[in-house]
Amino acid sequence: MIQVQNLRKVFGSKVAVDDVSFTVEKGQVLGFLGPNGAGKSTSMRMVTGYFRPTAGSIKIGGVDMLEEPELAKRSLGYLPENAPLYSDMTVASFLGFCAEMRGLNGAAKAKAIDRVLDLCFLHKVRNQSVDTLSKGYRHRTCFAQSIIHDPEVLILDEPTDGLDPNQKHEIRNLIKHMGETKAIIFSTHILEEVEAACTRAMIIDRGKVVADGTPAQLKKLVPGCNTLDEVFRSITRSDLEK
Amino acid sequence: MKNRDLANTMAIFKREFLSYFNSPVLYVIVVIFLLAAMGFAFFFGRFLDSDNASLTQAFFFWHPWIYIVLAPAVGMRMWSEEHRLGTFELLMTMPLSPWQAIIGKFIASALVWAIGLALTFSIVLTVCWLGDPDPGPIMTGYAASYLYALGCLAVTSAASAYTRSQVVCFIVSVALCILLTLIGYPGIVDTVVRTLPGSLESVVRFVSYLSFMDHFYEMSKGILVIRDVLYFVSVIVIALVVTNMGLRSKRA
Repeated sequence: MIQVQNLRKVFGSKVAVDDVSFTVEKGQVLGFLGPNGAGKSTSMRMVTGYFRPTAGSIKIGGVDMLEEPELAKRSLGYLPENAPLYSDMTVASFLGFCAEMRGLNGAAKAKAIDRVLDLCFLHKVRNQSVDTLSKGYRHRTCFAQSIIHDPEVLILDEPTDGLDPNQKHEIRNLIKHMGETKAIIFSTHILEEVEAACTRAMIIDRGKVVADGTPAQLKKLVPGCNTLDEVFRSITRSDLEK
Repeated sequence: MKNRDLANTMAIFKREFLSYFNSPVLYVIVVIFLLAAMGFAFFFGRFLDSDNASLTQAFFFWHPWIYIVLAPAVGMRMWSEEHRLGTFELLMTMPLSPWQAIIGKFIASALVWAIGLALTFSIVLTVCWLGDPDPGPIMTGYAASYLYALGCLAVTSAASAYTRSQVVCFIVSVALCILLTLIGYPGIVDTVVRTLPGSLESVVRFVSYLSFMDHFYEMSKGILVIRDVLYFVSVIVIALVVTNMGLRSKRA
């Protein structure tokens, strides 16, 4: 579903993403790991068509993102970092707007809104202004937006960031459940999450893929390391180092 | 495919239009606009003393000066708010072209302004009640006034595409609108022509021809010339193209 080849992004003289390639099929959940500033968000922004890559190709469901962006974006749902929302709307009207942007109207729109309100436990705040929501609700509202059209491809940038342990658990289960029928990429800093929800994980450091495999394979990557956490720390460099 | 383009533009328009009415800013601006438009007409324009059943000098004359401040105040949130909230990223990953969004947003602000301008209807009733005005200049006056507002809104749209701060957008847009107004202001143009060597007069005249004012005056006097309408239309088109460039630069 997602085919990314030799993706490269240069900002000025800084190489943010350098020659990243991967494919994600239906039924796979790919976890993006890496220190802050490693290029995870930039990669995702290119895959979703927000940033234009300096070089490389992106195909979503066989459609080229650079040549036919509007068509490619149709089968794609995206949760950006920090879960942006229009602060002057209610949860239901925001989701209604997103449904309309996805070509859903009338009964189909109402049904889609109800479905995602259910999935993301948002019924209680249905008519509440986005402005007054707590962080957990804000996050889930934006998450609801990304699945409103039941997309085949889901790209989630830190979907569990800022949630409490219960909410994290729910979102993780939701990702795992949806991963059975969709192609999903999500980024995270929480390494247990990778083991809990991913079929495959990639560790990115300074724009390059430094490790790629199932969580079990990654754990055995470095001799002497037994947990993902130790592997992560031994193969990525901290920005605290000179 | 065409239907889908239209549906996208409509969805953007609807959201944007409703969000204007969700914020108190719009109501404040419309009230200020009405107070200013009427205040200028009655106190500075000496509408009642002029003993003239016409709105050109007393009423429409002042509109550009009101618009250079109030149109940016209406339009400043157009794109800068999207940048600030981060919803721009969300919008640009949805299946729509930037143009559909730019046009949808612009039409929303244009309709908001049409409502504001329509609320000045009482002065038309007044002038009809007191005298027997020629309807032609009133209609062209409104057309000129509205096109002027749209020009300012389009300039604001362009400025807002480049910044996430509404304040910066407001200041830059007001400055641009003042510039576009003053380079054609007769008093200023005449002074510049007198001080510069005669050989440069054609340059000055050309620059003044590019200003909003030059085209507004002709129209507000009751001469609806296609040329002046086209001028405002091209200003809007250019400003929206600049908006598109600004949005693209944010995604580079």
